[in-house]
Amino acid sequence: MDVIKAIEAEQMKDQAEHFRIGDTVQVHFKIIEGQTERVQVFEGLVIAFQNSGISRTFVVRKISYGVGVERVFPLHSPRIEKVVIVRKGRVRRGKLYYIRDRVGKAAKVPELIRKKTQ
Amino acid sequence: MLGLIGRKVGMTQVFDDRGVLTPVTVIKIDPNVVVGARTEEKHGYSACLLGAEDVKPSRVTKPYAGQFKAVGGPKRYLMEMRDYEKEVSVGEALGVDVFKDIAFVDIEGTSKGKGFQGAMKRHGFSGGRATHGSKFKRGLGGTGMAATPSRIFKGTKMAGRMGGEKTSVQNLRVVRVDEDKQILMVKGAVPGPRKGIVIVRKAIKK
Repeated sequence: MDVIKAIEAEQMKDQAEHFRIGDTVQVHFKIIEGQTERVQVFEGLVIAFQNSGISRTFVVRKISYGVGVERVFPLHSPRIEKVVIVRKGRVRRGKLYYIRDRVGKAAKVPELIRKKTQ
Repeated sequence: MLGLIGRKVGMTQVFDDRGVLTPVTVIKIDPNVVVGARTEEKHGYSACLLGAEDVKPSRVTKPYAGQFKAVGGPKRYLMEMRDYEKEVSVGEALGVDVFKDIAFVDIEGTSKGKGFQGAMKRHGFSGGRATHGSKFKRGLGGTGMAATPSRIFKGTKMAGRMGGEKTSVQNLRVVRVDEDKQILMVKGAVPGPRKGIVIVRKAIKK
């Protein structure tokens, strides 16, 4: 199994998982169209992390023109340029699937505000 | 034909050059030593004899060990590869670099043993209805005719031992060849358990 771990470690990004469940993030995802390459930004709420090792993925949910859209990104994908945290959320669950059944204000995640320690 | 003896390490995923996550099976190739050759003149066919993995001489019979005189100690696995496409000499050790310029391979292995299984799992029979008072659930149904021939034909599909037999998969794409680690990565699954012996050959249909 060590061989497999070594293969996975080669491809893993350091500090890839710097955001958490409930955070609102911007995923800068590279899209290759024939010859040209451009960056698409997908902004939404992180509702789940799945799997482990190189296969680890995260799910980002957003409401686009009134329709809920979820995208699954491989965490260590070379096509992810960067993930920017827009807002940190305060949540008490590891998976935020309940958000799918809620509309409007009920679908909001409160912001995480840390008290400054003196 | 070009081929080597290897060992399945397990499965993982890798990002290919386009950034797509691809499922791969990792195969470790320990040095394959050329033990001998079969020639057209002497044996009537041409083949290369490959041996892999050292074994203690005390663990094998003397006639078996005798075949390895030219290469030192005996090897655990020994097989003939018909019409080897590479120029090799006896005693030479072959590694993964054999597959460096090859895009597709066929892999042969021994499938995982499943034990005694019913006809549904073993042969894909449909079985019966599960609900509505069904009294025929996973049975295999009829196996033959009536007074003529008044016997069951040989080879009729029934329950029995499943798995643990030679299985091949063809046209697996070679994703990566790592010469430092002596590792071969192919896209998709390969028959057999982890640590199982597999025979990797150049694809015959590509």
